[in-house]
Amino acid sequence: MIRPSDRLQDDEGDAQAARLRKVWANPGGWRYWTSVNNTQIGLWYAATAFIFLLFAGVLALIMRAQLAVPGNDLISADFYSQAFTLHGTVMMFLFAVPIFEAVAIFLLPPMLGARELPFPRLGAFGFWSFLLGGIFVCGSIFFDAAPSSGWFMYPPLATDENLSGIGADIWLLGLSFIEVASIAAAVELIVGIMKCRAPGMRINLMPLFAWYLLIVAGMILFAFPPLIAGDILFELQRMFDWPFFDPARGGDPLLWQHLFWIFGHPEVYIIFLPSIALMAMIVPTFAQRPIVGYSWIVLAAVGTGFLSFGLWVHHMFATGLPQISLAFFSAASEAVAIPTAVQIFVFIATMLAGRVIPSTPMLFGMGGIIIFVIGGLTGVMVAVAPFDWQAHDTYFIVAHLHYVLIGGMLFPVIAGIYYYYPLIDAKHLSDRLGRIAFWLMFAGFNVSFFPMHLTGLLGMPRRVFTYPDDVGWNGLNLISTLGAFVFAAGISLVVLDVLRPKHRQRRGEQNPWNAGTLEWISEPKENWGVRSIPFVASRYPLWDQPALARQIGEGRWYLPDAEEGRREGLVTSVLDARPEQVLRVGGTSYVTIISALSLGAVFVALTFKWWIATMVAATVCFCAIVYWLWTGTAEIPEKAEKEVGVGLTLPLYTSGPPSVGWWAMFITMVGDSTAFASLVFGYFFYWTIHDDFTAGVIGPGMKWPLLSAALFVAAWLMVLMARHLNGRGSIILTRAVLAVGVVLAVVASTAGFAGPWQYGMDPRAHVYAAIVWLLTAWTLVHAATGAVMLAYCLARHFAGRLTKDHDMDIGNVALYWHFMAITAVVTFIVIGLFPEVL
Amino acid sequence: MLVGCQGVQSALDPAGAEARAISTLFVAMVLTGGAVWLGVASILWFAMRQGRAVVAEQSASRLIFWGGAVFPSVTLITLLGYAFWLMPSLRPFATASEAALRIEVTGRQYWWQVAYHRSGPPILAANEIRLPVGSRIEFSLKSDDVIHSFWIPSLGGKMDMIPGRANRLSLLADKPGVFRGACAEYCGSSHALMALTAVVMEPAAFDAWLMTEAKASINAGGEGGALFVHHGCGSCHRVAGTEASGTLGPDLSHLGSRQMLAAGIIANTEDNIARFIAAPDAIKPGANMPAFSMLPQEDIRAIAVWLKRLE
Repeated sequence: MIRPSDRLQDDEGDAQAARLRKVWANPGGWRYWTSVNNTQIGLWYAATAFIFLLFAGVLALIMRAQLAVPGNDLISADFYSQAFTLHGTVMMFLFAVPIFEAVAIFLLPPMLGARELPFPRLGAFGFWSFLLGGIFVCGSIFFDAAPSSGWFMYPPLATDENLSGIGADIWLLGLSFIEVASIAAAVELIVGIMKCRAPGMRINLMPLFAWYLLIVAGMILFAFPPLIAGDILFELQRMFDWPFFDPARGGDPLLWQHLFWIFGHPEVYIIFLPSIALMAMIVPTFAQRPIVGYSWIVLAAVGTGFLSFGLWVHHMFATGLPQISLAFFSAASEAVAIPTAVQIFVFIATMLAGRVIPSTPMLFGMGGIIIFVIGGLTGVMVAVAPFDWQAHDTYFIVAHLHYVLIGGMLFPVIAGIYYYYPLIDAKHLSDRLGRIAFWLMFAGFNVSFFPMHLTGLLGMPRRVFTYPDDVGWNGLNLISTLGAFVFAAGISLVVLDVLRPKHRQRRGEQNPWNAGTLEWISEPKENWGVRSIPFVASRYPLWDQPALARQIGEGRWYLPDAEEGRREGLVTSVLDARPEQVLRVGGTSYVTIISALSLGAVFVALTFKWWIATMVAATVCFCAIVYWLWTGTAEIPEKAEKEVGVGLTLPLYTSGPPSVGWWAMFITMVGDSTAFASLVFGYFFYWTIHDDFTAGVIGPGMKWPLLSAALFVAAWLMVLMARHLNGRGSIILTRAVLAVGVVLAVVASTAGFAGPWQYGMDPRAHVYAAIVWLLTAWTLVHAATGAVMLAYCLARHFAGRLTKDHDMDIGNVALYWHFMAITAVVTFIVIGLFPEVL
Repeated sequence: MLVGCQGVQSALDPAGAEARAISTLFVAMVLTGGAVWLGVASILWFAMRQGRAVVAEQSASRLIFWGGAVFPSVTLITLLGYAFWLMPSLRPFATASEAALRIEVTGRQYWWQVAYHRSGPPILAANEIRLPVGSRIEFSLKSDDVIHSFWIPSLGGKMDMIPGRANRLSLLADKPGVFRGACAEYCGSSHALMALTAVVMEPAAFDAWLMTEAKASINAGGEGGALFVHHGCGSCHRVAGTEASGTLGPDLSHLGSRQMLAAGIIANTEDNIARFIAAPDAIKPGANMPAFSMLPQEDIRAIAVWLKRLE
């Protein structure tokens, strides 16, 4: 058992605390907005997501008002289309996913006993991207230019310029931008959870919230890239008329549906699991005992994550797929109900094995479960293909999905707000208002959505701006509208409770609910996360290690000081959380905002086809990112090691798998490869749906693609050799080999380009040519990135920032090139060999 | 309760074999699901109660196993067994050669093009489908523009109409009557206004109707018909027995015998026909037909009167 250091003299401790406070302080005045601290970023993120929720909620009320009576002409058909498209889009992309990222950024570091997430600037970058992309997408409705093809954007409706207008581009580009931010957040969260836990917090001692977030961030990594791949196909068709979804030229609208739902179904669980994670923190606190069935719930969450990738076809039961696929996906969809049931029964078991303290968070939590179970049961029904043939695209589904998302997500999130609000400034929300808000929301929700089950089965399709007088839907719709306004009143009350001034309220104690997990020792008035980083030996350290909170507060654990004036945290090993390194994280900076804004400008300019502006913004973005990397990463510390307290000395620099940078690169490239795999899936999808996939269009030949693949392998070998030579300290040779690597990458790219170019493949003529060009282009863009990375290493080497002992850059670039080599080989074998040889 | 489920577009008031089987399936699932929900809600209510005895951790763990894993597994396997037993019987397809009557429906923004294929040339119509009671009819479902979905809830489930594909569906109506269908896949601004009338008839009456439908209307001649052709309506619409043979818009042969107008959304009256000719967009936003309000009022009226008489 590791013991804390002895207590310091008061003045010495105060001096430490003062230094620590200064290092972690936010800048004042308007420069406050350049903060990168997880507490600020988390709060901004959450507030922004909530504003988007209210915006999308208002759209829903307008739609409900329109549907209150048959034949209503309150709003036009076109506005209605924009409203329901934005409602779905905003709720999914701008509220449900970001709110969990916000909560995670805010809560994870204190919960894990960490000072910060490993890449605070990346977190800030993600927030600014989200804000900009969100305003861009939402703002469009004020110019009557919002997307109007539904949040699922099915082609050909959404690829047809005349039918969908600029709204579709706003959707595609605005959301791609936000997806990039989401993936950035996912990388940050995964690395944070794996590498930045407090010493001793082995993976089986992690708070359940961290487990869930790890799973969800992993799901984002595999779910969002297929959508990004789909977005690329989509935008290429809209901008340059590459016929990916045009059946007249070999394309197929169904490919989009596959890619969209391979993303779309995991998305539901990406939204749902973090809310269950909040419940998994709240329920033990109010049952005043550890969770019953920790392993059960972790396994169930992992199982849900895996299964969620095998269900997407249940959104396509009416597209005419063979019965055998329907049966398979019916069964898989039913199977996911089992881990879900396990999770709910874990909560029930925990409550039964304790005594439940009544409270507003529990009220919202349990109300949510009551609602969610109905949504789950109707989900079991619609997973049965024949029933779905009737229910699909009717109000029955509208009811089902709102029962799932509002019961499984919104109610738990509000429970979380009531539970965690004291962490913001040690004050609490009103129990009375909370209770009234709950009953308004609970009653309003059920009055609004329960009748929709019946409305749907009586034949009312979704996404209709009006309905006839004589089909028997009038009364049900009117009830739904009334309920919606009651529900909205409940939400308004929650907003009121959060916003109402509370300066007269006394600051409360530190851990008002007597919870057992570490986030409750964080002091709202301090920005440093934890005063000192503890050694954790239990799942509920505040219950099981009673002296811990005091010891942490007295600065008796790790890193209680900031002698060098740097923001520091601990990096620990993935499974056992053995301390490995002191990590210096980036502080306040403009570069994150500039990078986010310029990247946003690229997407906005692309939407309007302002090519010059696109190029300018891309150049600014490129320079900002290089500057950010150059000044903010792989910094060589002034000394090799540092004493971190409690008799432990740790290195200040690591490279390779122990370092957070290596993990970030690895995780990013896994996501990138998933997008690539989706494009290759597209290639073979076209192959399987056509008798002759190439339709007689001439291919890129074998010679150029195979030559290119060989050259890329050679370039990859150069990278490996450069890493090896650098490790041996051969300065000249390292530089020479790096330079050869850059040249080889360029030559290999030229060879890759030569194939489709020499044979005159026209990507607008047929989908075969288009997908060959696309795979080639994907590889060439990655090769260009790889070449830039090598040039960057070369420059760092000349600048003395990449040396024999400080080789993080070359290590990470080599990792990139492993993926690069696989991408190139797969691309050129697929396009070079498949249509020719097979 | 049962009264509330009735209607011309209700999946719970079946008039076809598939709708009937699915409606029974639904009732079974609702009863089971309701019981499950009551069970979970009661346990939750009990768990929240103040002053109850604390359950031992061992028993609580067992509850996770039995309630969370075993019970749902058994229930779901039973349900899947039911579903897999049901599925093959719902949509049997005749081999290509033996299908006596095949109806091809093509989704267009925002209407339905219908062709009855029997021996002989196909019989063309639009926006209304007639079926003989008691025999299984095969549908071939296509689209010319965007994705639509063909759905007559009283008879059975829906099937998408996807450009570049031909989906098959088979329906067996077992009760005569007039039913309402709708496009179920969002297809543009007037998606809400893309409905369909389905008339299920006694076989003899159906045969007689189809015979009439195959021929030109007896009222195809006359002044209205001449105006129809003169103003160019025929470049988009077809009327059997006249020069008008366009295929861009709905086939208007025998329009007078149809129950509804403009794809199932307004009553088939002379006034409504005239209104639609003058300003289609006012009735159906985004419709492809241009407004003909520049035509003389009396010409519009004459064409409307003529169209209404095409039986």
